[in-house]
Amino acid sequence: MNVGLFIPCYVDQFYPGAAIATLQLLEKLGVTVGYPKNQTCCGQPMANSGFEHLTGGCNELFIKNFEGFDYIVAPSGSCVLHVQEHLHSHDHEQAASTISKRVYELSSFLTDVLKVQSLPSKFPHKVGVHQSCHGQRGLHLSQMSELVAPYYSKPGSLLNMVEGIELIPLNRNDECCGFGGTFCVAEEAVSVKMGKDRVDDHLAHGAEYITGVDMSCLMHMEGILNRRGSKVKVLHLAEILNAE
Amino acid sequence: METEVKDHADLAAAFNKDEDRVNWHDETLWWIRQKRDLAVNKLPEWELLRETASQIKDNVLSNLSEYLVQFEANAQKNGVIVHWAADAAEHNRIVLGLLNAKGIQKMVKSKSMLTEECHLNEHLERNGIEVIDSDLGERIVQLAKEPPSHIVLPCIHKKKEEIGDLFHLHLGTPAGNADPQFLTETARIHLRETFLTRRAALTGVNFAIAETGEFVVCTNEGNADMGAHLAEIHIASMGMEKIIPQRRHLGVFLRLLTRSATGQPITTYSSHFSKPREGKEIHIIIVDNGRSKQLGREDFRNSLKCIRCGACMNTCPVYRRSGGHSYHNAISGPIGAILAPNLDMEKFADLPFASTLCGSCSNVCPVKIDIHQQLYKWRQVIVQNGYAPVAKKAAMKVMSLTLSSPLAYHAGGKMGRLVMKYAPFALNNKFNPWYKQRDMPEPPKESFGEWYNKNRK
Amino acid sequence: MTARNTILAAVKASQPALKPLPDVYFPADENADLKAKFTEILTTIGGKVITAEGSEEIAAYIKTITNFGDRIESTVDEVYKIVAEENPSLLPHSLQNTELAVIKAHFGVAENGAVWITEDLLSQRVLPFITQHLIVVLNAADIVANMHQAYERIGDRRYGFGTFIAGPSKTADIEQSLVLGAHGSRSMTVFLMR
Repeated sequence: MNVGLFIPCYVDQFYPGAAIATLQLLEKLGVTVGYPKNQTCCGQPMANSGFEHLTGGCNELFIKNFEGFDYIVAPSGSCVLHVQEHLHSHDHEQAASTISKRVYELSSFLTDVLKVQSLPSKFPHKVGVHQSCHGQRGLHLSQMSELVAPYYSKPGSLLNMVEGIELIPLNRNDECCGFGGTFCVAEEAVSVKMGKDRVDDHLAHGAEYITGVDMSCLMHMEGILNRRGSKVKVLHLAEILNAE
Repeated sequence: METEVKDHADLAAAFNKDEDRVNWHDETLWWIRQKRDLAVNKLPEWELLRETASQIKDNVLSNLSEYLVQFEANAQKNGVIVHWAADAAEHNRIVLGLLNAKGIQKMVKSKSMLTEECHLNEHLERNGIEVIDSDLGERIVQLAKEPPSHIVLPCIHKKKEEIGDLFHLHLGTPAGNADPQFLTETARIHLRETFLTRRAALTGVNFAIAETGEFVVCTNEGNADMGAHLAEIHIASMGMEKIIPQRRHLGVFLRLLTRSATGQPITTYSSHFSKPREGKEIHIIIVDNGRSKQLGREDFRNSLKCIRCGACMNTCPVYRRSGGHSYHNAISGPIGAILAPNLDMEKFADLPFASTLCGSCSNVCPVKIDIHQQLYKWRQVIVQNGYAPVAKKAAMKVMSLTLSSPLAYHAGGKMGRLVMKYAPFALNNKFNPWYKQRDMPEPPKESFGEWYNKNRK
Repeated sequence: MTARNTILAAVKASQPALKPLPDVYFPADENADLKAKFTEILTTIGGKVITAEGSEEIAAYIKTITNFGDRIESTVDEVYKIVAEENPSLLPHSLQNTELAVIKAHFGVAENGAVWITEDLLSQRVLPFITQHLIVVLNAADIVANMHQAYERIGDRRYGFGTFIAGPSKTADIEQSLVLGAHGSRSMTVFLMR
């Protein structure tokens, strides 16, 4: 199988470590990974702001870059959800449809496609898992607390394969961090309050690291942690699963 | 855009100035969400109940004209008088007309969000009618001259000391007494006199049964019953989407409603009204007020399935931290944000953006309204109709051009990182809303793309 | 065009294609102890449950909770009977000083501790609300498991007024502090008769 690596725009620009870890992890697991160099962005920031009608250019570019791969894998839940739900093309709808069915967030690719049972990773630290909303409620990466249904967690099951890791409990397992795209600046007061509350929950339970599948949430929480001078760090899931 | 039109972001920012109060408001509503969780997890069939209710309501919306006619006929057979109001003004006129016809100048009212939507109280008061809201929470906000902030818990935003002060001012209770038991007892006595002396009582309608012409009113306090069974005329204001087809469907809805709202298995009273008392009158006013328009909107008609439980508000992390008044609408929270733009797109253009699209609301909705998907779709409609702020429009155009071109994107990204590294003051200042309470991310020395070019070929 | 016709025309034009009604099938656990469940739930929501063999126990209980001169209204023949006054238009209001009302219920619902009462069991609709305290007499065998069974039991009977009553009236509107005794009865006791 050939896998196309889809790196969200802000991960490419600001958190290359998460992207590198994703690539290395996939290669370790025996996957042939191609990285289309002309990829830019999935278009989600515009679409979520009400400007879906301006995403045509992004969509065409996405299709051009990722046509032909068996799977497309990204270290992001929200970007993958957006492509799954909103990738359309005036002239290439068939290609768009095919791609949207082949795009996977990293942890679900590992559990559902590669069916990973173990990882050679070591990370002997206390880690808080942030359930990014679009990955959880959109991609069903883990069970949602609102539903009367049995518990499961794809990111959680992978993290539990990491030697030495201690996953801390939280008071609110799946409350939103408040990033929300342009919401983070358009509704700054509420966004930051939500972020602070998430961070406090992790700190209260002794987290040394906060992780999750979406760097956007982590970037927002990191901004709050750093403003406080906290020693707690954020790391993308890929970086922990890739840690040795 | 007008600066007079209130905006959720501004109102929420003001609400967040008192962080302790926000914590109190947030924790109170989260606790109610937790009570809901405890209650629903006792029913292994909960998700099937939601699906069943959702499908019943889908059927209702697809056959509403028939069901309304059926309901009217059956209600009339029971001796109930049925009125129709195309909009809020007509509803208010009908209520006033009924009171004037009997020379009634004082009315007692139990909770009806529809009457809030229609601004009934103000209309009646302008026309010389005294209206007393009998639900304790509603009476409190009435005394405070505020609208309710939550559709089920009207004064959830008020602390008991504030309520004590209101009662001291208006009902003569001792200053400084904030004991809920004492204040409730005071309200009981004060409102009992109201119930015993009012010739007219107005209630809402939780469910209207097409098959039998009866309607159901649910309360914990018993105020709807105390008003209705003592009055000469009982007026029931009903949004036309409150119809359900058969009496036995109440089994589904009454199991879902209160567990979703407060975590109780059922309200203390679920009263089924069929016929008026001997010699007395029951009037039902069936109200449209924009509902038929919403029904015609394919993407948004499911919002009419709402049974007004308030679960979406309790679970919404934004609602908990901004308060119902930030939505400047009778119905606030997630459901308010998808109902209101239908009524006035310009006035409520801000509401669908008062969300991170986290999706929690859709999961707690007992009738499976796809609330968060409708929020996304309203954003597109609002922008297409020209209600996006000019600055945002411009920024989005630039973003779209940059992100459609790999060259522009790479150049822009590199530029951004260089600025952050060598001229951080350009972004680390008060004009950057991100920077107000968060540090900017550290700019890395190279992007992933640049790393890949060096380390892989 | 009347408002009625305008509205119906608008609705008809806007409504989507017909979607069918779903099956409503929620069977209850055959082996559940309904009496125990009903008792547990009603007690949790602020009601009281007393099991009894005969109505003399109810009468004896009433003596312990009321004072001489308290007005007691009963529609349960075996307990007390106070004949209603002749002037029906004032009647509901005249019940305002009722200290205790004793009524029967058709059946109880185990999942939520509610009892179903229709106006044929009441002298006046307002009686169970206007009274300060409420006693409901219920046959222990007349408890159904859930609301679906409740509506099966009601069937298509016609009533002018019916209500489910689950415990005493209550409110938590003041900072979520639960207070029993809002505008309806302050207490609600169910006598489960064997």
